[in-house]
Amino acid sequence: MPFIPHTENDISEMLHAIGVSNIDDLFDEIPKDLRTKDGLANISAGINEMEIGRLMSVRAEQDGHPLCFIGAGAYDHHIPAAVWEIATRGEFYSSYTPYQAEASQGTLQLLYEYQTMMASLTGMDVSNASLYDGASALAEAVLMAVRANRASNTKRVLMPRTVHPIYRKVVHAIVKNQGIELIELPYYPEHGYTAPESLTKYDNDDITALVIPQPNFFGVLEEVDALTDWAHQHNALVIGVVNPISLAVLASPGEWGTPDNTGSKPGAAIVCGEGQPLGAPLSSGGPYFGFLCCKQEHVRQMPGRIVGRTVDLDGKAGFTLTLQAREQHIRRSKATSNICTNQGLVVTAATIHMSLLGPEGIERVAAQCHSNTLNLIDKLASIPGVIKRFDRPLFHEAVLQLPCPADETLIKLAEHGLAGGYNLHNDYPELGHAILICATETRTTADIETYVTHLRAILAS
Amino acid sequence: MLIFELSHTHRRNPSQAPLDKADIKAIPEKFRRRTRPLLPEISELQAVRHYTRLSQKNFSIDTQFYPLGSCTMKYNPRACNRYAMLPGFLARHPYAPDTLSQGYLACMYDLQEMLIEVTGMKAVSLTPMAGAQGEFAGVAMIRAYHESRNDTQRTEILVPNTAHGTNPATAVMCGYTVREIPTDEHGNVDLATLRAAVGPQTAGIMLTNPSTLGVFEQNIKEMAGIVHDAGGLLYYDGANLNAILGKVKPGDMGFDVIHMNLHKTFSTPHGGGGPGAGPVGVSERLRPFLPIPVVAYNGKTYHWLTEKDRPQSIGRLSAFMGNAGVLLRAYIYAKLLGRDGMQRVAEFATLNANYLMKRLSQHGFDLAFPKRRATHEFIVTMKRHAKEPGITAMDVAKRLLDLGYHAPTTYFPLLVPECLLIEPTETETKEALDGFIVAMIQILHEANTDLAFVKAAPHTLPVRRLDDVKAARELDLTWNPTTH
Repeated sequence: MPFIPHTENDISEMLHAIGVSNIDDLFDEIPKDLRTKDGLANISAGINEMEIGRLMSVRAEQDGHPLCFIGAGAYDHHIPAAVWEIATRGEFYSSYTPYQAEASQGTLQLLYEYQTMMASLTGMDVSNASLYDGASALAEAVLMAVRANRASNTKRVLMPRTVHPIYRKVVHAIVKNQGIELIELPYYPEHGYTAPESLTKYDNDDITALVIPQPNFFGVLEEVDALTDWAHQHNALVIGVVNPISLAVLASPGEWGTPDNTGSKPGAAIVCGEGQPLGAPLSSGGPYFGFLCCKQEHVRQMPGRIVGRTVDLDGKAGFTLTLQAREQHIRRSKATSNICTNQGLVVTAATIHMSLLGPEGIERVAAQCHSNTLNLIDKLASIPGVIKRFDRPLFHEAVLQLPCPADETLIKLAEHGLAGGYNLHNDYPELGHAILICATETRTTADIETYVTHLRAILAS
Repeated sequence: MLIFELSHTHRRNPSQAPLDKADIKAIPEKFRRRTRPLLPEISELQAVRHYTRLSQKNFSIDTQFYPLGSCTMKYNPRACNRYAMLPGFLARHPYAPDTLSQGYLACMYDLQEMLIEVTGMKAVSLTPMAGAQGEFAGVAMIRAYHESRNDTQRTEILVPNTAHGTNPATAVMCGYTVREIPTDEHGNVDLATLRAAVGPQTAGIMLTNPSTLGVFEQNIKEMAGIVHDAGGLLYYDGANLNAILGKVKPGDMGFDVIHMNLHKTFSTPHGGGGPGAGPVGVSERLRPFLPIPVVAYNGKTYHWLTEKDRPQSIGRLSAFMGNAGVLLRAYIYAKLLGRDGMQRVAEFATLNANYLMKRLSQHGFDLAFPKRRATHEFIVTMKRHAKEPGITAMDVAKRLLDLGYHAPTTYFPLLVPECLLIEPTETETKEALDGFIVAMIQILHEANTDLAFVKAAPHTLPVRRLDDVKAARELDLTWNPTTH
């Protein structure tokens, strides 16, 4: 019996102790006519570990190992071997949420270290212990901003079209039943960033929050200072949506905006994003983790778990979950969110990942991604008919326009083992035959040449 | 020692980063970061040693018996981890074309089909990333269903007072008000109150069955009738699915929508708080509203169903397609078990719980529902012992840690005073259960002979009881080199 250790002798002793004659008697409170009679006929018989190993190996191989030039929210970075070796130690892998603090100091201290690293990366004061992913983190950030901005009564949130299109869909799906209005902001079609002038239309309106992506979905850098200043002048909270690797070289959201006469910058109020680039493999989209950081004044509006440092009976430092009165298991219908389970194990990996890279390592990764992507665009744009769409500074992604439909081109590239990019047609039809491409630090010059060679040949035929 | 306290300026790991520092001059100054983030500067060995040592401060299933009620802390087979982390699966980009995804999609399609069979529902979406997101998807579908019929007067979700906190919190996120329904003295939902509570305002009811009290809701068919007759739908919270896997199907009980916690019933790891996976299953009438994407099979190839195929969908809940790696682990577990193994899960989880319940009651512990069978879990109440000799559920929990057992769930459900919710799971041996019983007897004995010692527990862990009040009042959430 897989994973069930009972011997015949155990079973009879246990049944005897309980005072029943067979296991079936233990289900006698369930109405008979509800009991399953077909014995799960549509599920096949169990197989052993050797057989499942064979099946999974075949299926994993079937998907090949394409050379990946897709980003669009999930990035193929190098992950040190030690990261998952340690994260999958049984003591991390098979422990529960650290509700029994004394028996969970390992996980709790690690989360405190994680919170410190994320708050510093984003330029915020505090971080929670994770949400599900970047998209759902943005939805929670919007809900949080609505709670936190007591000066605003409208629940109106400005959402640039340069935010990841799926993030926008997820936010809509999650907040639509709470009376929140999401207002789209346009981008410059020739430059690919949100027009700060488009905000003047709302100068006299009550706006609760402004979402600012940096870099934006096109990889382009937004005018974060001008956008932040506008929000600050109009009592709207800024929600930054950022790539954590980019923060090694780009200004942190805490530094956004024009300094006042004391030198202090308005900055974002809330920062969220996808944690995947910090040590999570692509893995078909998950598990990743969403991060959420904020300024101290908003901490009581945060969703999700937060770890704090305190002392024990002897005055010795220790760690525990704190501010639990925000959470569903205490506050029930008045909680800041329904979230319970988060992405703890992936955060464990991310914390180890950041420790192994350090500030210099993460900066080198960011710079190399940037440089590789510039190289990739230069080379691809030398193919006749291929055009770099936007002329603005970018981080590690870019939009290319192709001379023919993107979906056909991507399928042909896939036939040569290339995951060539993300097709923008469905989300941005105005961009024509456009794709979004990315070359992380893991793509070599030879990889880039391979892409160029195949695309050139496909477009020539 | 915190990782930051090990840090020395300019110490680094050259093998973990690009050899050269690439040029970023194409990024104008005004967009650039000015101060370095606070990340540790340590060697690879220092990092490995630090986090290995931290791991050793954790209790886990791999190291301790972990009878945490409502959490199903069963063995997480190592095979599930190994084969979900095959390079081919890890390298697949979520937006890779379907032609480069047939192996992965085949696993997901098979998993959908198995979950349909085991729950008795008609269709499944794997995309919710945890139980609470599954709940959100479920209640959002209930709302979308009523709205699609222009039945807009339904503003209320019913929730038993024993429910997990996620249930009322979810209903509110979906724009509903919550009405709590009380429980009778046998642990069942009070039918008379339910009858009086339903009406044209009822959107639905959220139920866990077996309930969080560790008993099977015996009147489930009557309850389904009452709610359906009022035009409401029934939501099944799958937190306790382990108790009935292969024995009863939620679809046969009359539920319209369910979520499953694959990190419980299908043995994917809890990882110190996550990730989970919370797939949802629905009856035929809710199929159009399932969250996307969903995997479909045309007899030759697998592909995703998206907005175009499911225009009435409640939409997307994640940037990609859910916690794929967790779903793969659940799939591997399900394949290892097969149809017989799945039925044995409920049988042996129930056998272990009833054995433990019987033995503990024989040794002087009070049961919350002594006349009921245990399901996969049961409740001991310390109410009597808290008065005399003065040992609370918290004291038992903390002293168990000293004796090498993770504590049961304490103080939940809220309506049972001084409660210990105990779930041994099917993967524990009789010897492990007997060891736990001995520890419980010892603690009761110590309470009668040296109560102060018990109340000061734990004594053998890295820290003693922590000051939670200080933690909340004097917030210390990040390390700061200048103040620490």
